[in-house]
Amino acid sequence: MDLTQILEIATCTDPGMVRSHNEDSIAADAANGLVVLADGMGGYNAGEVASGMATTVIVTEMRQLLAGVRPHDVEQGSSEEVAARLVREQVLKANTSIYQAAQSQPQYAGMGTTLVVCLFYDNRVLVAHLGDSRLYMLRDGKFKQVTRDHSLLQEQIDSGIITAEQAKKAAHKNLVTRALGIDPTVEPEIHEYPTKPGDLYLLCSDGLCDMVEDEDIGMTLQALGGNLKLAAQQLVQMANDNGGRDNVSVILVRVLREYPGARGVMAKVFAWLK
Amino acid sequence: MAKLILSMDGLVLKEIPLTKERTTIGRKPHNDIQIDNLAVSGEHAVIVTILNDSFLEDLGSTNGTVVNGNPVKKHFLQNNDVVELGKYKLKFVGDSAPAAAGEKADFEKTMVLRPSAMKAAQAAAGSGGGGAQAAVAQRAAAVQQAAASASAAGIADKDAKPAPAAAPAPAGAPAAAPARPAQPLGAIQLLSGGNAGKELELAKPLTTLGKPGVQVAVLTRRPQGYFITHVEGTNRPQVNGQQIGPAPHALKDHDVIELAGVKMEFFLKG
Repeated sequence: MDLTQILEIATCTDPGMVRSHNEDSIAADAANGLVVLADGMGGYNAGEVASGMATTVIVTEMRQLLAGVRPHDVEQGSSEEVAARLVREQVLKANTSIYQAAQSQPQYAGMGTTLVVCLFYDNRVLVAHLGDSRLYMLRDGKFKQVTRDHSLLQEQIDSGIITAEQAKKAAHKNLVTRALGIDPTVEPEIHEYPTKPGDLYLLCSDGLCDMVEDEDIGMTLQALGGNLKLAAQQLVQMANDNGGRDNVSVILVRVLREYPGARGVMAKVFAWLK
Repeated sequence: MAKLILSMDGLVLKEIPLTKERTTIGRKPHNDIQIDNLAVSGEHAVIVTILNDSFLEDLGSTNGTVVNGNPVKKHFLQNNDVVELGKYKLKFVGDSAPAAAGEKADFEKTMVLRPSAMKAAQAAAGSGGGGAQAAVAQRAAAVQQAAASASAAGIADKDAKPAPAAAPAPAGAPAAAPARPAQPLGAIQLLSGGNAGKELELAKPLTTLGKPGVQVAVLTRRPQGYFITHVEGTNRPQVNGQQIGPAPHALKDHDVIELAGVKMEFFLKG
């Protein structure tokens, strides 16, 4: 199913005001309803390599795999939908590629990347993430964070050691507890949410949410939602105006219409029998 | 990238970028920085560079290594430190990023915290058959421990700095409360239409104007001043009778904006 007419996508990425190069990597495939954002880490240019591998592997593999299947189908003998399986497998594949490159080439040793992937299908969005790159959602004027960071800070907040208020001033904002390419295997956090026409989704690297208050991000999306390209540029500009200490990347996805997945007669019968 | 400037008697001999994790200094030719002088030991010292931090270590040299006049065994190199080896001087020049940001950069870099400490604690809690509460407590302890070791790892090298615990605070603070430089507050006054005479202060980072679906523009408040940008509609807004381009347009005091058939004046409040 071609989603080009259903999803409006705008992207923007910028090295920021301090860093000399951009270790973030973004990719969008509107036809397949797939967007990927990765924030790489590692010395010299290894960060770019890791994030670039993650987005390239996931987008190219998914494009091929989605061609012959219906993402909302449930395969025989499997408890999950095709979409969730495919996304998980491609994330693992990207993990293996990065990990092997890091192991075999000394200049890439220790490289890794955070990741957030969204796959839109059947009036839903499947979200897989690792690390502190985030997904936010603006629906009916309410702006909220969808993903929860895999970071030391988030763990500390969850276990009650510090409050969200203290966390804003914490020193170790940058320590993530899960990332792609660091270990031989990885477990992405995967969730699925129903979408509504009019929803606006924001994928961003920590260069945005560390520099700009959530409140201001929400206000920008609300004010400039009519012009996604401008909204994306405005968000990057706000991060840079506030200091731009890290690379800043944003992907905005607006759901324009309903997009129910096609279901065959047999599928309906099976669904009814269950 | 950090570099060293080698000089003798005030004469600059060469610049050496610190590209490698280990940069060795000594008299013998296999060193990365060879200084052919008898006062310099065969393997005199090494500079270890990790991310943006460089550490100097004396390798048991005969005549020792002096930094800023003090003999050192190990030293965390700061911008403009001068390393003396006999008659030669090596000046350390830190990252080209602004000094203030450079100092904090290592706190900003995203790094992976290997959760082995946490997993171990979890496993212990799990196998011990302890209740959920015990597991939570264990996890909390592990997180705290990890935090401690993380900050210790991050700051251990910064012993030279006073109050290392306080050092990271400024790194986080500006992000939490972006320091908006003092800038004059702008406002607009409507000159025509039903609400003529009404005034609107532009205190927020951005304010939208116009009618959705017809013509909308946004006024953004930036450190450089106020800007107007076209958002939607077939016609772009006019400033002083001129239609603005697709890019943000800087507003000056007493500019007259025309948008969706309404005229308004932009002005700065003292």
